[in-house]
Amino acid sequence: MANMLHVENLRVDYGAIKAVKGISFDVNEGEIVTLIGANGAGKTTILHALSALHRATEGTISFCGQDITKMEAHKIIRLGLAQVPEGRRVFAGLTVQQNLEMGAYTRVDSPAEIQKDYEQIYQWLPRLKERQKQQAGTLSGGEQQMLAIGRALMSKPKMLLLDEPSMGLSPLLVKEIFKIIQQVNRTGVTILLVEQNAKMALEIANRAYVLETGLIKMQGDAQELANNIEVRKAYLGC
Amino acid sequence: MEFLSYLLTGISLGSVYAIIALGYTMVYGIAKMLNFAHGDVIMVGGYVVFIGMNQIGLPPILAIIVAMGVCTLLGIVIERVAYKPLRGASSLAVLITAIGVSYLLQNMALLIWGSTPKSFPSVVSIPKITVGTLSISGETIVTIVVAALIMVGLTFFINKTKIGHAMQAVAEDKGAAQLMGINVDVTISITFAIGSALAAIAGALLCSSYPLLQPTTGAMPGIKAFVAAVFGGIGSVPGAMVGGILLGIIESLSKAYISTQLSDAVVFSVLIVVLLVKPTGLLGKKIHEKV
Repeated sequence: MANMLHVENLRVDYGAIKAVKGISFDVNEGEIVTLIGANGAGKTTILHALSALHRATEGTISFCGQDITKMEAHKIIRLGLAQVPEGRRVFAGLTVQQNLEMGAYTRVDSPAEIQKDYEQIYQWLPRLKERQKQQAGTLSGGEQQMLAIGRALMSKPKMLLLDEPSMGLSPLLVKEIFKIIQQVNRTGVTILLVEQNAKMALEIANRAYVLETGLIKMQGDAQELANNIEVRKAYLGC
Repeated sequence: MEFLSYLLTGISLGSVYAIIALGYTMVYGIAKMLNFAHGDVIMVGGYVVFIGMNQIGLPPILAIIVAMGVCTLLGIVIERVAYKPLRGASSLAVLITAIGVSYLLQNMALLIWGSTPKSFPSVVSIPKITVGTLSISGETIVTIVVAALIMVGLTFFINKTKIGHAMQAVAEDKGAAQLMGINVDVTISITFAIGSALAAIAGALLCSSYPLLQPTTGAMPGIKAFVAAVFGGIGSVPGAMVGGILLGIIESLSKAYISTQLSDAVVFSVLIVVLLVKPTGLLGKKIHEKV
């Protein structure tokens, strides 16, 4: 398995607050890797640093062998690293279709190819098809999450970063979203999943990293971590 | 008939306000800042048209196109030099900078072109139309028609083109827009460019109807267009159009039926009333976030 994302000694500060205090991790091609941890552990900060929404203070990030630590956000997506941000952040004033078009913003292949991918997304997420012409702000939370995932996929990424996709959704919808994530992975997209819902995340992931106040506390096979007594106590509530 | 004539004058004046207000509101929507130097870009546009027509002898259309080019460049440079370094700074710092840029432009115009008002040659050469006792000047007709074309064109651009959608995306959520691969800096530059090109057209139309050009020419219309943008709902493009035209009508009618001296007071009272009654403006909407 080829290495896809390599993060070395990453440190991120928000002013005086040290949110991420020097962490290293890897994601290999084809994997689902999850970062789990409580609120404030630094999970979202790490994803923001990966997509250059917030600059790393120290350390290096490389994607497919290329150093992207100082690259601008709008260029990183062109390398094939897409993100579904926390809170979905769909464009509320644009329609569902227009949101997907924004996802395809960087695409330079033929309109016919892009059209095929819209169809693919709608086939996958039929609820979006029904609401194609509706403003994204009028969708329910679950539909917005699906739209955010569909939008990110429209860029044809090699790797997808997902930030708390289960947030604020009913257990049934969470299951549906996680099923979609697995489907996406099966099409060859590598996944880095950040979750507070550790139980669900460990269920679908290959490997996991446990974060605590900006540091990696544990790492390893997702199944093993799910059975680890400490993890069970701290994050799985049993 | 008299009323109709005042009304048409108002719509024409309001069309100019609307064109200026579009620049205000688009820049506010995307950069979340009030560009108080916008009015002075109009003045620069006016001078460029004046020089083009009077000193170089260009036909009016060509002079306006040159002015649009100059103002577009000016708008981009202002944004890059004065506002971009302040992105992320407090909005008060940006506001003060914008006022500073406004004075800078006015004083540079004073240095270059002097304080003597220039008498502006009209860019409109079609004769006035007389219907019964109602006579409509060519300037009035052209202003209204041009404004209507701009509004249709801009609405199409924003709602139907990829760049237009990208502008809406940046206005709504810069971070998410960046995640789509949209270059936020370029998009903001495009917005300033469009606003400034429109300001050049507004300058030519304004000075054709009110032919006195001096370094402070843009200040008052600029402020009034700002009132129009707030009136219609700042950040809303249709709001700027409606707000601008309504404000022009209010100003014209109060000049006619209340008092010429008090007309500006009436205009600014409108701002106060709107802020008290509906702070988001006529078409401004509060965005409710769904969680």
